[in-house]
Amino acid sequence: MPLLAILAATAVFCAFLLALGRSPASFFQLVWTGAFGSWFSWRNTLSRAAPLLLTALCVAVPAQLGLVVIGGEGALVLGGLSATWAGLQMGGAPGPVIQLAMAAAGAAAGAVWLGIVGVLRARRGINETVTSLVMAYIAIALFNQLVEGPLRDPASLNKPSTYAIPKAAVLPTLPGLDVHPGILIGGVACVLCWLLIARTTTGFAARMTGGNVRAAQLQGLPVAWLMVGACALGGALAGLAGMIEVAAVHGRANASLVAGYGYSGILIAFLARQNALAIMPMAVLLGGIGAAGGLLQRRMGLPDAAVLVLQGMIFVAILASETLYGRIRWFQPRATA
Amino acid sequence: MTAVGVEAVGIGKRFGAFAALSGIDMRVRPGTVHGLLGENGAGKSTLVKCLMGYYRADEGSFLVDGREAAISRPADADALGLGMVYQHFTLVPSMTVAENLVIARGQVPAVINWARERAALDEFMGRMPFPVPLDATVGTLSAGERQKTEILKQLYLQRRLLVLDEPTSVLTPQEAEEMLAVMQGLAHGGTATVVIITHKLPDVMRFTDEVTVLRRGRLAGRGATAGLSRSDLTSMMIGEPHAPARPERRGGAEAAIRLAVRRLRTTGGVGQHGLDIASLDVRAHEIVGVAGVSGNGQKELLEVLGGQRPFEGAVTVGGIPYAATRRQSQALHVRVIPEEPLRNGCVPGMSVVDNLNLRLFDQNDGGGSRRWLDAGGMRRRAARMIAGYGIRAASIDAPISVLSGGNVQRCVLARELDGDVALLIVANPCFGLDVKAVAEVRARLMAARNAGCAILLISEDLDEILELADRVVVMRSGRIVHETPAAGADPHAIGAHMLDAHAATPAPALA
Ligand SMILES: Nc1ncnc2c1ncn2[C@@H]1O[C@H](COP(=O)(O)OP(=O)(O)OP(=O)(O)O)[C@@H](O)[C@H]1O
Ligand SMILES: [Mg+2]
Repeated sequence: MPLLAILAATAVFCAFLLALGRSPASFFQLVWTGAFGSWFSWRNTLSRAAPLLLTALCVAVPAQLGLVVIGGEGALVLGGLSATWAGLQMGGAPGPVIQLAMAAAGAAAGAVWLGIVGVLRARRGINETVTSLVMAYIAIALFNQLVEGPLRDPASLNKPSTYAIPKAAVLPTLPGLDVHPGILIGGVACVLCWLLIARTTTGFAARMTGGNVRAAQLQGLPVAWLMVGACALGGALAGLAGMIEVAAVHGRANASLVAGYGYSGILIAFLARQNALAIMPMAVLLGGIGAAGGLLQRRMGLPDAAVLVLQGMIFVAILASETLYGRIRWFQPRATA
Repeated sequence: MTAVGVEAVGIGKRFGAFAALSGIDMRVRPGTVHGLLGENGAGKSTLVKCLMGYYRADEGSFLVDGREAAISRPADADALGLGMVYQHFTLVPSMTVAENLVIARGQVPAVINWARERAALDEFMGRMPFPVPLDATVGTLSAGERQKTEILKQLYLQRRLLVLDEPTSVLTPQEAEEMLAVMQGLAHGGTATVVIITHKLPDVMRFTDEVTVLRRGRLAGRGATAGLSRSDLTSMMIGEPHAPARPERRGGAEAAIRLAVRRLRTTGGVGQHGLDIASLDVRAHEIVGVAGVSGNGQKELLEVLGGQRPFEGAVTVGGIPYAATRRQSQALHVRVIPEEPLRNGCVPGMSVVDNLNLRLFDQNDGGGSRRWLDAGGMRRRAARMIAGYGIRAASIDAPISVLSGGNVQRCVLARELDGDVALLIVANPCFGLDVKAVAEVRARLMAARNAGCAILLISEDLDEILELADRVVVMRSGRIVHETPAAGADPHAIGAHMLDAHAATPAPALA
């Protein structure tokens, strides 16, 4: 199913390229080269995929309860900021200690931020999609406010940033691969989340609540706690993504953190049909498309936004295919037997 | 005459390796009421879903008015004037009855002239045997009222053939009779041919002209109703001429009160004034039947006891204040079986195995809770329940929503009656079950009672209450208005209390 949708989106995108007078063939050729063509592009792809794994989980975990949380971007930037703050507080400590403190601070900030969304939903019945989105905007505004104000390093002139985290706190690249460990952390998180959802009783309770909340209530499940917990866990993972971006890529918190990883995570989670394991290949795919952006800009004179257009089309196609499923002839539910 | 005849010729339908139907012939003459009978899982719903274009038959064909009709999508059936009231509900819950009726028409104008529609609807409602408030939001209606609305919708669409899949399960006997009489009038008057799927033999005998009986996906018999006796029909359906005998009642209620409800009030529900129950007790070794017309607070009472609706007042189980948390219901052995099990008690997208484990998924068989799911243990438990309750499923890993209505009900019963039960709260347990299964379920309830369980039986079927209950209370407008021992109770008097025919004589105050 997602495959068909991707094909349909690609076809529409080809038409779009032709309308711009560009050759679709060379476009996809370039995407391939830029994403997977060389070890250099692979490295770029994998380091982009790392935060995507975590922000996609931020959507997929609450989705088990039927919640559509789209505010991962907010948890990511606040996670990155608190991680930076924690790193700056711990000046002289050994590297791993600082890193752990940063990870804890990032995850905690994300968890609290989206936990609020969960509480509002569970206690007041306020729609989590809307609140999480609004909270993302608030988070970004707060982030800019702090980075340009109290936390700003006066030496950062044209790009307001915080002070740099201690050298010892920078995450080392994976030995022999020259890729930062984010991809590993994200992969482990996907596997752990899959185990949690598919193999534990808590995951079963969550899926039960998502499938039919009335049945869950009848069995006396703590529906409100499950909702808050799932949102907070999603937020923690997105916050961790922010910490990794800071500790492995930027070295400080600044506007580069607000790169739309939270939003691409939504697309990946839907492409993966909210399955934590399927998120892994999808994140690499989307990471690759993102990594090719620069090359496209240079070689084809396409704006950076061209890949965003492609992503957007895939997303629309996926959403459309979900609703068409069951209405169109060949998609009709086949009996499982 | 607009009523059409329909013929099914050699219909076959498989779901994977499972043959749900094979070689079914059915002839429905125009202007008749045709009964489609068979035990749970026989394939009745599947057959009519093929006719409605919801499924595509693998073999055979349908003739409408003698001409072969290519029905491959619901729109084709629609164009032929074939309509169906499904076993589950298809109305939009957030819209009013009037809105649901109007949008159900194929061509709704872009701008709806509500004044005119409203006048037409009022006139239409006036001709109908059972009124439904046009301005009520469907989501707030009880099952019975929604069922009526579904039927009204089809009549409003002026169908030439109308299929009713177990239409009367949630209607009161009077309403069901009226509704069936209306259907018969429509058919014999030549307005619409009617096919009725039902498990109620008295209705079949009284209102159908001809019957077709299915058994395990095959044709088991057919003929004119007049030439068949009840035992003929029963043996065609279940292979034996009589349903098992009534269960025996042993022992009487104990003094100890198991469930006590005091000064229970809710805000909202039951037409907004909510529940108002001064006192309701169920003792060990006793079945208390709650009779009443659907929509008089039974749903709300069940929700309160199931932890789905906030309330004021006191609910205690064995003297302990009861809040329906998981820990409490497990410690006190309280079970709740809701009405409409697929909607209220199951997770439609999860497998049969998972659904049979909704209650015990985090427990070991010998007690003790778990963090990791025990896939093997869950399958074993499910297999035991499937065997014990004769659940028929093509595959235990298929989603429970593909099971036949009766088999879904059995799954919920199997899950909730498993193990020690001290207090059982159950609503319409026999909704949609075939004769044999009804007898089985009633026997199980009686056996649980005889073993000392306290049972609160909420049912819209007065016969069921009179058969099972030790004590009957009548609920109307959210209150308990009458109470009587079941032995020797007069059904007419109870019916009158249900319908407020006693309005002149105030209901006796209950302590
Ligand atoms: N989509 C499906 N996939 C797999 N099996 C199915 C599907 N739909 C129905 N079945 C199976 O086909 C059989 C016939 O089901 P059907 O719903 O037609 O029974 P029924 O006669 O209507 O029974 P009931 O009286 O309980 O409603 C059942 O065993 C059911 O599990
Ligand atoms: Mg059926």
